Amino acid sequence: MSYTIALAGNPNCGKTTLFNALTGSSQRVGNWPGVTIDKKVGRIKGTDSELVDLPGIYSLSPYSPEEVVSRNFIVDEKPDAIINIVDATNLERNLFLSLQLIDMGIPMVLALNMMDQIESLGDRIDVDKLSEELGIPVVPISAAKKQNIDGLVTRIMSVAEKKQTPHLMRYDEAIESLAEEAEKALSGKVPEENIRFYAYKLIEDDSLVNERVPGARDAISVSLNALEEEYDDSADSIVTDNRYEKISAIVSESYTKAPRDERGTLSDRIDKIVTSRIFGIPIFIGIIALVYFIAMYDGDLGQAPGAWATAWVNDVLFGEIIEPGLTQWCIDNGVNEALTGLLVDGIVHGVGAVLGFLPQMIILFICLVILEEVGYMARVAFVMDRIFRYFNLSGKSFIPLIVGTGCGVPGVMACRTIESEADRRITAMTVTFMPCGAKLPVIAAITAALAGAWWVGVFAYFGGIVLVIISGIILKKLKHLAGKPAPFIMELPPYHMPRLYSSAKSVFDRSWSFVKKAGTIILLTVVIIWVLSHYTPSFEYIDENLGDSILAGIGGVLAYLFIPLGWGDSWELASATLTGLIAKEDLIGTLAVVLESASDEAEDVGDILAQMMSQSAILSFFVFNMYCAPCFAAIGAIHRELGTWKHTGIAVAYQCLLAYFVAMIVYVVFGTINGDAIEWYSYMFAVIDAVILAYLLVVKDPFRQLGNPGGTEE
Amino acid sequence: MTTLKDTAVGSTVKVRKIGGEGALKRHIMDMGITKGVEIYVRKVAPLGDPVEVTVRGYELSLRKEYAELIEVE
Repeated sequence: MSYTIALAGNPNCGKTTLFNALTGSSQRVGNWPGVTIDKKVGRIKGTDSELVDLPGIYSLSPYSPEEVVSRNFIVDEKPDAIINIVDATNLERNLFLSLQLIDMGIPMVLALNMMDQIESLGDRIDVDKLSEELGIPVVPISAAKKQNIDGLVTRIMSVAEKKQTPHLMRYDEAIESLAEEAEKALSGKVPEENIRFYAYKLIEDDSLVNERVPGARDAISVSLNALEEEYDDSADSIVTDNRYEKISAIVSESYTKAPRDERGTLSDRIDKIVTSRIFGIPIFIGIIALVYFIAMYDGDLGQAPGAWATAWVNDVLFGEIIEPGLTQWCIDNGVNEALTGLLVDGIVHGVGAVLGFLPQMIILFICLVILEEVGYMARVAFVMDRIFRYFNLSGKSFIPLIVGTGCGVPGVMACRTIESEADRRITAMTVTFMPCGAKLPVIAAITAALAGAWWVGVFAYFGGIVLVIISGIILKKLKHLAGKPAPFIMELPPYHMPRLYSSAKSVFDRSWSFVKKAGTIILLTVVIIWVLSHYTPSFEYIDENLGDSILAGIGGVLAYLFIPLGWGDSWELASATLTGLIAKEDLIGTLAVVLESASDEAEDVGDILAQMMSQSAILSFFVFNMYCAPCFAAIGAIHRELGTWKHTGIAVAYQCLLAYFVAMIVYVVFGTINGDAIEWYSYMFAVIDAVILAYLLVVKDPFRQLGNPGGTEE
Repeated sequence: MTTLKDTAVGSTVKVRKIGGEGALKRHIMDMGITKGVEIYVRKVAPLGDPVEVTVRGYELSLRKEYAELIEVE
């Protein structure tokens, strides 16, 4: 028979490892409806049954989307059974969720994971006693070492088949009698098997249950108030206290602890240094520098693996083998010139430019996944939280920003781990302000254009940080992003060796996501832009004189927008900015072509720019392109995080607008200091922009949202 | 009234009461900080906040502003 089994458990208890062990390659990833949380489903090996991985949760409260998704799945989709995976080395806190799952009245098995660690600690767990006290079968396993997984499968199948529901657990009499009353009030209004779960949630004044069964709580209000009076506490605290008391009793009867090493566990000893006052931050800087170095470095000391591989893909694989090869093939087979151009210069070159990132990204992913698996990322959030808190974000936003300095795509993807939805969305929208690897050639060209101004690079990074901070402040005032930030209460799991299969799988999944993006969005947009730049408005194919193309026409219109920024009515600059959407370094390539520069080396492009525009205009061009919409690959990644095209559009529009404002201000300020000629309207716009920004930053509720008079919630 | 925020690093205290309300209080309790439980204050982050505590056998980090809500003895 084919059953649907739900897999539930705390974060960091080995759930993913167990899921992989049970389902192997049959797993598919989707989305839980209405939220941007991954939904993994797979077939349990050796059976016909499906395993649904519920998000890692600590409880079944109504407060976080992960908890709500899990509750609703169990209550509405009615799985045949639940596997509750529990970390044996962290038994008390893990059992808190178990007790709530037991209340649901669904056939359930507790998978007691990490038994190998219990053994090495010298502790002992009386599994039978535990099972008896909890009223459900308990199966000891080690997901990491693949011990007794078969035993677990056999047990869960049997439990599902026999519809073996949990034996009732009883709490304090006072609460149990209240629960009985609640069950009476709920009878007939909720599924019978889940009634105990609902009864307890009703007592806890659970908002979702109150919604489903309005007025039910009033029916028990007399007894409820009496209880609250007696305990001098709110009902939900009473229930939670009670559950933990029960857990303490159960654990003390079934768990025997061996004497501990005085020096603390290995994790504790490592953390003594890694999160210490003195070494914490230097170690962090060192590790990030190392990651960045391995993935990105391409300078005087030679090429690091990441940079080398990317250069190889771009210059050799595509530049020397594929593109000329394809061109030759087209010529040999009499393919028409336009089509050849589309194939080689458009599709292959464009997609190739993006795929060229793949080696660097894979290496970056490998480093990051290892850091995550090892448990170091939690330490980073712990160390950095103070700074981020000041700007209304949390320490967990830091990693995506760091990753974004290598490449925006994995940077945005790294936002997945931020629990607070508001923080996640804001960080995803601002990661691309950090200058990524592709923007480095642009920095080089501008540095050359400004006669070797060394500060251009520093300015780019510093500006990125400032814009992230500004955005954090402004965006938090938007009601839909301000609500319900998750409190920063975070577990610091023990360090452990990264597991090969999980890590490899993570790296593969992320890289493949990126490739798929390249294959779809980028392919489409590259084709479009190629067509636009190689056809005149009368649809004549052109190979040179791109100034007659549709793109140039569009650029010409857009150029008006950029006149106040000092760019002159240059269609070339506007068009180049547009092609920056494919890949930021394309900006330079395009400029080289349309400006007919000697080459696309920084010095040559820089020279031409220096001849074309004033220094402040060059700077405003630089600033705008650094911070406006990121490349299509990054936009695609942002879409994946934000969920809808509407929100993605808003995010991109926000970035462009902010970039424009900042470019305007920079242009005017720098130009005045530098003595460049600035038009009166530029001054005017700069002042307007500065005022708007100041307003958004300072005023509590700048967006005048109804029902949100105080502005930022926390 | 002593709170967890005032507790010195290295000391162990017992929880008397948890303040706050709604999601925050619930979250604190869900993570195992309930009346009567013992908490060991392990360290403070390099920049002064958050704090790391040991509760029910595992490591938890929380901001001082939440620690202030936890009355201890």
